[in-house]
Amino acid sequence: MMNRRRRTLLLLLFAIIFLSAITIAGAMLEERATLTDFTQKNLPPDRTHLFGTDFMGRDMFARTISGLSLSIRIGLLTALISTLIAFLLGTAAATLGKGVDATISWLIDLTMGIPHILLLILISFAVGKGFMGVLIGITLSHWMSLARIIRSEVMQLQHSGYIRVAEKLGVRKALIVQRHMLPHLMPQLMIGFVLLFPHAILHEASITFLGFGLSPEQPAIGIILAESMRYLTMGYWWLAALPGLMLIITVLLFNLAGKALVKLNNPASAHL
Amino acid sequence: MKHLIGFITKNLLRMVLLLLCVAIVTFALISISPIDPLSANVGQTALGSLSAEQIAKLEEYWGVGQPPVTRFVAWAKDFIRGDMGVSLLYRQNVSAIIGERLKNSLLLMTLAWLLSGILGFLLGIIAGARKGSLADKLIQGYCLTISSTPVFWLALILLLIFAVWLKWVPIGLSVPIGVEAADVTFLDRLRHAILPALTLSITGIANICLHTREKLIDVMNSDYVLFAKARGDKTGRIVRRHGIRNILLPAITLQFASISEIFGGSILVEQVFSYPGLGQAAVTAGLGSDVPLLLAITIISAAIVFAGNFTANVLYGVIDPRMRKGVKR
Repeated sequence: MMNRRRRTLLLLLFAIIFLSAITIAGAMLEERATLTDFTQKNLPPDRTHLFGTDFMGRDMFARTISGLSLSIRIGLLTALISTLIAFLLGTAAATLGKGVDATISWLIDLTMGIPHILLLILISFAVGKGFMGVLIGITLSHWMSLARIIRSEVMQLQHSGYIRVAEKLGVRKALIVQRHMLPHLMPQLMIGFVLLFPHAILHEASITFLGFGLSPEQPAIGIILAESMRYLTMGYWWLAALPGLMLIITVLLFNLAGKALVKLNNPASAHL
Repeated sequence: MKHLIGFITKNLLRMVLLLLCVAIVTFALISISPIDPLSANVGQTALGSLSAEQIAKLEEYWGVGQPPVTRFVAWAKDFIRGDMGVSLLYRQNVSAIIGERLKNSLLLMTLAWLLSGILGFLLGIIAGARKGSLADKLIQGYCLTISSTPVFWLALILLLIFAVWLKWVPIGLSVPIGVEAADVTFLDRLRHAILPALTLSITGIANICLHTREKLIDVMNSDYVLFAKARGDKTGRIVRRHGIRNILLPAITLQFASISEIFGGSILVEQVFSYPGLGQAAVTAGLGSDVPLLLAITIISAAIVFAGNFTANVLYGVIDPRMRKGVKR
């Protein structure tokens, strides 16, 4: 029988397979994505070019898939580092006393005070634009909400019986965190990591779209959409519509996978 | 009353301090940039034809060689007096540019803020009042999809449909082309702001809608609603009497706190619609290394965001006395 839990698991599995397929296919299609053919300019979608071609005769399907692949890989890296930062700062705020807690809360408020895209522009400007700007910018601007969750989680854990016993027994703080807290935090970190993904990917596309991110030679979704803007008035709808739709599907799958993880981790939440 | 004043003062002080920190961080970020102010602003070729004396003078003017702290203090002093410097790209006072663009952006953002707030709240009520119904599922699906959609892509598609294909609205800019500035009416401005504002509203709905839905479901599961049902009240009446009264104020508070997101979205939307607002100026300043303009825009936008958060905090304090517990009794 298909019960709700099994359906959720299947959805998660489908999301993982689909996303890894895009990542691998995109890496393999990278060469085709840069192939130009000036006899095949600005063609609408047909059977040989599923997504049509652009002003240089490049196949838009290959460009879209390799752009998505690049986005997913950047998202993976930035989300991983952001989660790590969130874990470290969240635990530090909860365990290292009032001064550290106040400083980190202050840091969170400060980072959240500058509008997100503007912060990305500033960091990209400080680093001198390009790939590193995107990487550092997205990493440094996505840890805040997860850090808050981890902080309150650790604070709750500190008051639980077995942690107090461990403290009274004289176990070192680092060891308590590692042995008694980390196993509890793992699901939270996993979910936080997966839910960071959609934000990271959307922000990477946005900042690249504005011209601060990846360079125009790279097949990035932001570049594709920025280029499509120039051909909009001529009615070349496929340049903007189809790559954008693929991006939405990708991000949506990450969001659904995150929701599925939350449900599997905490079945009671499934009925909300 | 005394508690409330203390609460507000505390929040105001915190906001001013945060703003100062934003200024310092922004200044630090810009000053570690590898982009050399002299070659960026004077130009490499012009620099080659200048004498060593002139270069030294320019270096003094741009503050090359001075420690960043000295530069920051000098800049901050001018800023507080209202002198934000001269924009290098627009060759105008930064304060003049910001004044003009802020007006455009505020029109856009206020429209989007009101529209998304009202629509989101209504949709949230519909979804929450009939949990599990088709309407609820559709609204939830819409919220999930729209939060996965890049706002600039939505802007592109709307531009394609309404400006290129249907030709209902002009393609961009905040005023009609070829019309004297004095002849531009408020209606003209509104007509040009409508599509960008619509784009921002469509994406802004998701957050407030999901929040309202969740809160209303909580209320509908409460004992007093059960009692109202037992008394024979209809759902519409229950929602009006017990639902909206309980969830309207938190929703307004949330909407005040979401100004940061609307501002971020407006940067992207203004770029697509070439709408001359603050966001577009920020992008131009960032790409063209116009440091005084970029600095000023960051501070102004942070001030707007903090003002929103401040309003949210104060509203919370007014509504819910428990939030004021930080103040001594």
